[in-house]
Amino acid sequence: MNLEPVIGLEVHVELKTDSKMFSPSPAHFGAEPNTNTNVIDWGHPGVLPVVNKRAIEFGMRAALTLNCGIADYTKFDRKNYFYPDNPKAYQISQFDKPIGFDGWIEIDVKGEKKKIRIERVHLEEDAGKNTHGDNGSSFVDLNRQGTPLIEIVSEADMRSPEEAQAYLDTIKQLIQFTKVSDVKMQEGSMRCDANISLRPFGQEEFGTKTELKNLNSFNNVRKGLEHEIVRQEKILNAGGILQQETRRFDETTGETILMRVKEGSSDYRYFPEPDIPNLKISEDWINDVRASLPEMPKERQSRYINDYSLPEYDAGVLTATVEMSDFFQETVDYAADPKQVSNWLMGEVSAYLNSEHLEFSETKLTPKALAEMITLIEDGTISSKIAKKVFKELITNGSDDVKALVEEKGWVQLSDPAKLLPIISETLDNNEQSIEDYKNGKDRALGFLVGSVMKQTRGKANPGVVNKLLKEEMDKR
Amino acid sequence: MDFLDYTLEELHEKLVSKELTAVELMESVYENIAQTDEQVGAFLTLSKEEALAAAKEMDEQGIDENNVLSGLPIGIKDNISTKGIKTTAASKMLEDFVPVYDATVIEKLKQAGMIMVGKLNMDEFAMGGSTENSAFQITRNPWDLTKVPGGSSGGSAAAVAAGLVPVSLGSDTGGSVREPAAFTGLVGMKPTYGRVSRYGLIAFASSLDQIGPFTRTVKDNALVLNAISGTDEKDSTSYQGDTPDFTEDIDKGVKGLRIGVPKEYFHEDAQEPGVIESVRQALDFYEKMGAEIVEVSLPHSEYGIPAYYIIASSEASSNLQRFDGIRYGYRSEKIESLEDIYIKSRSEGFGKEVKRRIMLGTFSLSSGFYDAHFKKAAQARTLIRQDFEKVFEDVDVIVAPTTTTTAFEIGGKIKDPLAMYMSDILTVPVNLAGVPSLSIPCGFSNNMPVGMQIIGKHFDEKTIYRTAYAFEKENDYHTKKPSFRGGE
Amino acid sequence: MAINEETVKQVAKLAKLEFDDSTIDSITKELDQIVEMVEKLDALDTEGVEGTYHGLPQTNVWREDVVQKGTDREDLFKNVKTRKDGYIEVPAMFDNGGSEA
Repeated sequence: MNLEPVIGLEVHVELKTDSKMFSPSPAHFGAEPNTNTNVIDWGHPGVLPVVNKRAIEFGMRAALTLNCGIADYTKFDRKNYFYPDNPKAYQISQFDKPIGFDGWIEIDVKGEKKKIRIERVHLEEDAGKNTHGDNGSSFVDLNRQGTPLIEIVSEADMRSPEEAQAYLDTIKQLIQFTKVSDVKMQEGSMRCDANISLRPFGQEEFGTKTELKNLNSFNNVRKGLEHEIVRQEKILNAGGILQQETRRFDETTGETILMRVKEGSSDYRYFPEPDIPNLKISEDWINDVRASLPEMPKERQSRYINDYSLPEYDAGVLTATVEMSDFFQETVDYAADPKQVSNWLMGEVSAYLNSEHLEFSETKLTPKALAEMITLIEDGTISSKIAKKVFKELITNGSDDVKALVEEKGWVQLSDPAKLLPIISETLDNNEQSIEDYKNGKDRALGFLVGSVMKQTRGKANPGVVNKLLKEEMDKR
Repeated sequence: MDFLDYTLEELHEKLVSKELTAVELMESVYENIAQTDEQVGAFLTLSKEEALAAAKEMDEQGIDENNVLSGLPIGIKDNISTKGIKTTAASKMLEDFVPVYDATVIEKLKQAGMIMVGKLNMDEFAMGGSTENSAFQITRNPWDLTKVPGGSSGGSAAAVAAGLVPVSLGSDTGGSVREPAAFTGLVGMKPTYGRVSRYGLIAFASSLDQIGPFTRTVKDNALVLNAISGTDEKDSTSYQGDTPDFTEDIDKGVKGLRIGVPKEYFHEDAQEPGVIESVRQALDFYEKMGAEIVEVSLPHSEYGIPAYYIIASSEASSNLQRFDGIRYGYRSEKIESLEDIYIKSRSEGFGKEVKRRIMLGTFSLSSGFYDAHFKKAAQARTLIRQDFEKVFEDVDVIVAPTTTTTAFEIGGKIKDPLAMYMSDILTVPVNLAGVPSLSIPCGFSNNMPVGMQIIGKHFDEKTIYRTAYAFEKENDYHTKKPSFRGGE
Repeated sequence: MAINEETVKQVAKLAKLEFDDSTIDSITKELDQIVEMVEKLDALDTEGVEGTYHGLPQTNVWREDVVQKGTDREDLFKNVKTRKDGYIEVPAMFDNGGSEA
């Protein structure tokens, strides 16, 4: 039987606030265990949650970016379940009044565009971390407890692992542009669970679904779904019946492993959080947040094409990540030529970042320095050959004043005729034969002479100026 | 030093005039407790060392003349978090628990210069109406040691009634300040929900809990409420509006005041006759003083008990989930798995009544029952709240008995949970509506004190105090002493 | 009877409580009585009535995103029974799922 996969994704994104969702302790990644926590995070008797206003605004930003409606009235609810990384044994979340609802995004799989609907975007607090030891114990670190999260729930609109991956790529890209999260799967600031079922093509009703967890990279999302499709297909094609279960993707084997079979739906006993007053979100507030949204990739692309006359390809590459796009923009704002900036970013800069596995922020290169360097190339102060050296210096050590740097390093091109003429005369004096060859129309002779001057100046001479001066001098002889 | 003879202002005078030092006062407190508390059983923990040190410091820096509370002793219900001082909520679950932070009310009391004497017994996690549900000890009613002091703040009430401290704090979720105040002849306040920060109050039912003071006199009560009220950035359910001086206008009298008398709160056949009689006499007094007595109706009162027990238990079932034996509190010895930590610690650490309510609450929130139980109760709550709002369009305060009977025998109801629940019938609607209510002594029935509650509009505690003060000024019930303290 | 032993066991499982053979009877009976009492609410017409879930009907109470240092870790661990290297130690669980968040 020919079966069609039906996929829906639940994406958790950590919001980059300074303090936690409901407590003022630091919401930072990577501290010593249990040092960024307070009595509220620990659920000590008598503590109370107080909402972080910025987390609400960040949630609104994300929801607006995903084309969601924003609830004019919303609230928090308690989701009750026991787990060592869940200190209160309830998670403060949003149940029936999510802050964002009825959104959509457009994905692109090999040039084919498709709209994926988003059911809801809701705010909640993250849990702590539970690490399993090998001595029958596990270890609880509550640093992450209370970090603000949004959960983005898609409709079951995806029909292949490729669509699922494109959806995640797009979500990551869009959220990244709103700057409310780092959206890094490897650091856990973006996490994904998938619901997948199969059904005969043409059938409207959904099949029995599996919930896939532990999909901690984009690759694993695709691989996990691919494996799950094969597994379910085998069972269904053999006339078997699927049970509704939660499975985990095992990175080492590339397979999904049964975690638990669902006995009905879990009973989380959701009820309105009595400790937090309801929220009213005014039209004005929504408009303010909307106005504060940064320019999104699509808008940036068309501006690059229209205002900077960049090719569509360049515009696409430059807006793949917000870091790249912001870097491009800032460099252009320093009056550098947009096409040149684009060439450098797509060429040398990207190559360097890839080979060193670095991000923009981890290098010393600044938009100002890149712009200065490009200007120096254009006005002939440095040669494009030297520019590669300059670039290496800028990205590893940085510079506040590129002009001073190239002067100090002696990288400035020799363009002054007064300084070049003595060398040129000397070269011509020593190469009578070449002058003759040149006059006889042998172009290679000019090339030889230029090379010779360059050699004598140890590469510093401006080849264009040398070329011109050589011709003039030979014409005189 | 017998506090039964002095008001807070009088004690303040003695400290200011140096007739008495804060240390002497504090030492006499602990002497009294040593002599008397064995019979009463009010205190669970004494913080003597800290208290004497604080008193000494107070003497050294001098009593603040403008601060009537400075240097005065206070007892605290054991469900209020006190840094470095054991806080158990009278539960085996927290038998050894030492908090690492002070509740906001404790910070405020410290700022006001009050000195904590110790922690007071209660029904476990504030669930009960007799203080018999304490995991550690029973507390006896100073007026008759065979009777209960009421609950859940029974220790807080007994300590003041026995003259061990001049003032104490309790908490009131369904009557837990007012009922014990009525049973022990004290003034006990359940402020408007949101008036006093709940930060540091071990949550029983988050949408109902309020901390309130027990005192001998109305003005003392207003003075302490002044000290503990106010917006708290750590409690987003605390009232964002202004806090008045509750003693202002306290002496204005009741002339022209409209007092509502809800007919549903006077059931001659179901209530102790002496209780109803005392309250009716008080109403006659008010009429004589120029108030207008208006019969009113709170028609949804009969749904108060079922709505209350569903809402309070549901919230409690969630609030008490954090007691899981992992980060603090009791952990069973019989642990083999994670599941054991949870199930065994909780089953061994919680007492009977607490488990009963967790079960009721969990059931009420579970899928399939949520709509018929929790949601329905929340709707009933709206109707009860609207009852009060409607009545308050027409009257300034409502006066009614606090309880249906005077204090009952120890062991009298503890085996019958439903009978115990029904004894909250006159107090829970106030919590559901969020309005303030003060219980004051208004007579005796069968030689036991009778309490009358004065219920006010949201955030209008001032009119309540004014009404109460008018009564207290012309009557002497608040000056009576229990026989074992030398009363008649 | 609204509540039977089966229901009690189910609810106890959710609440992480257990009742042994000697107490299951009495808790079942008590709960049954209590549930019967609270179900008096069935008689109340609440059609179209909004529920009240908060003690006070105020809205939009929040704090600004300002960090305060956490509680001292040693203080927090004073009440912890089992610890290791700054972590709270607990018996491992069977499934490997992590939290639901």
